Amino acid sequence: MLRDAAVSAVIAFGLFGAMIGLKTEVGVQTIELTPRPYLVLAAVVLVFFGRLALLAWKKSRPAGTPKRGRITAVANKAGRYLTPVVLVLTITLPFYAERYYVDLGVLVLTYVMLGWGLNIVVGLAGLLDLGYVAFYAVGAYSYALIAQNFGLGFWTCLPLAGILAAFWGVLLGFPVLRLRGDYLAIVTLAFGEIIRVVILNWTSLTGGPNGLSGIPRPTLFGLVFNSSGGEGSFAEFFGIEPNISQRGIFLFYVILGLALLTNWVSLRLRRLPLGRAWEALREDEIACRALGIDVTVTKLTAFAMGACFAGFAGAFFATRQAFISPESFTFIESAIVLAIVVLGGLGSQIGVALAAVVMIGGGELFRDFQEYRMLIFGGALVIMMVVRPRGLVSGRTPSVSLGDKRHISADMMTEGHG
Amino acid sequence: MSAVLSLRGVTTFYGAVQALRGVDLDVNAGEIVTLIGANGAGKSTLMMTICGSPRARDGEILHEGTDITTMPTHEIMRRGIAQSPEGRRIFSRMTVYENLLMGAHGKPEASLKNEMEQVFTLFPRLKERLSQRGGTLSGGEQQMLAIGRALMSKPSLLLLDEPSLGLAPLVVKLIFNAIRELNRTTGLTVLLVEQNAFQALRLAHRGYVLVNGAITMAGTGADLLARPEIRAAYLEGGHG
Repeated sequence: MLRDAAVSAVIAFGLFGAMIGLKTEVGVQTIELTPRPYLVLAAVVLVFFGRLALLAWKKSRPAGTPKRGRITAVANKAGRYLTPVVLVLTITLPFYAERYYVDLGVLVLTYVMLGWGLNIVVGLAGLLDLGYVAFYAVGAYSYALIAQNFGLGFWTCLPLAGILAAFWGVLLGFPVLRLRGDYLAIVTLAFGEIIRVVILNWTSLTGGPNGLSGIPRPTLFGLVFNSSGGEGSFAEFFGIEPNISQRGIFLFYVILGLALLTNWVSLRLRRLPLGRAWEALREDEIACRALGIDVTVTKLTAFAMGACFAGFAGAFFATRQAFISPESFTFIESAIVLAIVVLGGLGSQIGVALAAVVMIGGGELFRDFQEYRMLIFGGALVIMMVVRPRGLVSGRTPSVSLGDKRHISADMMTEGHG
Repeated sequence: MSAVLSLRGVTTFYGAVQALRGVDLDVNAGEIVTLIGANGAGKSTLMMTICGSPRARDGEILHEGTDITTMPTHEIMRRGIAQSPEGRRIFSRMTVYENLLMGAHGKPEASLKNEMEQVFTLFPRLKERLSQRGGTLSGGEQQMLAIGRALMSKPSLLLLDEPSLGLAPLVVKLIFNAIRELNRTTGLTVLLVEQNAFQALRLAHRGYVLVNGAITMAGTGADLLARPEIRAAYLEGGHG
C-alpha cells in the first residue's frame, strides 16, 4: 500500500514538477521563471495521502460487494417517487423562483422536450441520430418565415412547423432505411450539417448568417405580452400592472405544456403496437421482418415523430428568442441533446428530464467558472459513464403486462446494445 | 392434396455467389415437411427466400396458389406464413408477454386470449416466465418463445429454422414433441429446416435433402431414414 502510494507520488512529481513548479513571469525584456517548490511539495503530498486513503477505503470494504446493483436499486426506487415530486416542483416554479430561474427553466424545458423527442428515435427505435438539430432548425425557420411572410400567429404556425419538420424527418429517413449504427450516425450527422449550411447560404430567404429578427411573440388567445400594457394586452385585460416577467412565465408554461405533450405522446405510443414495433426494431431487425412488421414504415414513423417534436421545440425557440441565426443550430446542439438522452438512460423519460436539468441547468450555474466549464462538463460525462454506464435512470418498464409490472434492471442488459 | 407452398426452380444469389440452384419443393396442407442438409447447403437461404429477403432471382414461389415471389416481406408474412428464424432472435430486452404480442403485430391485445392460451398449453413453461425479460430465458425456453411468437399470428404455414440449434437432446425432444402435437391437433402445416437429420426425419411426413443449393433426394421421412447414403452422410458420426 505504501509502495503504491509512493509510486503515485513520484508520478505526481513528474507531472506537476514542470506544470506547477515553474511559473513564467513577463519581465522587462525576458520571460523569467520563478520556481515554486512548496506548491509542488503540497501537490505531491496530497497525491500520496489521497492514494493511501483511497486504498485504505477499498480495503475496508468486503470483497464482492454488489455496489453497482445497490446503486441501481436505489436509483430505480427513487425514480418512482421522483416523477410526481419533480412535476409539482416544476409546475409551481414561477410562484417561488426569481425571474432568472424561470428563464433558466424555459431553457432547460426546451432541452427536456428535445431529449424526449430524440428519445423516440434513439431510445425506442434504436436509430442513432446525430443530426437531430436539423429538425429543430427546420421548426424554428418554418415558424419565423411563415410568421413574417404570411402574418400567421404562433399557435397557427406551431403545428405547421411540426408537420414540416416531420416531412424532413421522412425525407432523411428514406436514404438511411438500410443503414444502422455507425453508418446511420454518419449520414444523419451530414444531414444536420447540410441543413445548417443551406440556411447559412440561402441569404435571400433565411437572411444567411445575419439570421431573422423581429419574430412575433406568442399570444394568449389574442392577448399580447408587453411591458407597456395598452389595448389588447394581457395586463390590461386582467387589470394588473404590466410586467415583463409575465411573458417569461407565460413562455414557461407554454414550453412546459409542449414538453408534457411530448412525454404523453411517447408514453402512449409505447403502449400501442407502433411503439412496441419501435422497440422490437431496436432489439432485432431481422426478427421484425420475420414477424411481418413493415420495417420501412416503422423506421419512417420513428424519424417523423422525433422530428415533429423537434419542430415544435424549434418554433418555440424562435418565438422565445424573437431572433434566430444558423449559429444556434450547430452540431454541438445535437451532441448535447444526444448526451442528455444517453446520460438519462436510453428510453427513460424521467432520466432524460433529470439529465437535461443537470446538463443545461448545471452548465448555466457553472458559468462563473468560465473556461473551466467545459472541463467540468467533460469530466462529469466521463465519471457518469463509468459509474452508471446505462444512464441515470436505466432499466425499462414493460409497456404491457399481466398482473404486476416488474422493472427490468439495467444490470441484466448488455451494455452498448440499444 | 392441395399444396400450401410450392417452389418451382427457385434460384437465389448473394451478389455473385449462387446459393440456391433451381429448387423444387412442395408442402401440402397438414404435412410436416423437413429440409435437411449440411452447413452451407442453403437451408436458411431457402427459408429466407420464401419470405422474400433475399428475393429469388429466378423461379416462382406460390402460396395457396398466389405468386408471392416478388411480394414485400411483411405482406408475405401477413398471408398466414409465420417464421421462427434461425438463432431464435427473440427480443431480449422485452418481456415474454411482449415478445408474444409482437408475433401478432397490429392486432389488439384483447383479441389474442385464445392464441395466448394455445401457446401456453403447448409450452406451459412460458406461462411461468411471462413477465420475465426474454434475454434471461434459457436457450430451450427462448426457442419455445420463438415458436410461440410465430404461432401468435395464427399461421396456416409455420416455417421453423433449426429449432434444435444449440439445445440439449432432451429439450430438442420436448420441442419436437410439441411440433408433432401441434400438427396432430390443429393440422398446422410445418416446413422444418434441420441439421439434426435423425430427429427431423422421424418427425416429418416427408423430407428433402439439400446439397450445395440443389435438392438431391426426396421422399417420406421413413424412406429417407432407411437409405444408406443418408445414413452415411447425415446420421453417422454422432447425430441423433
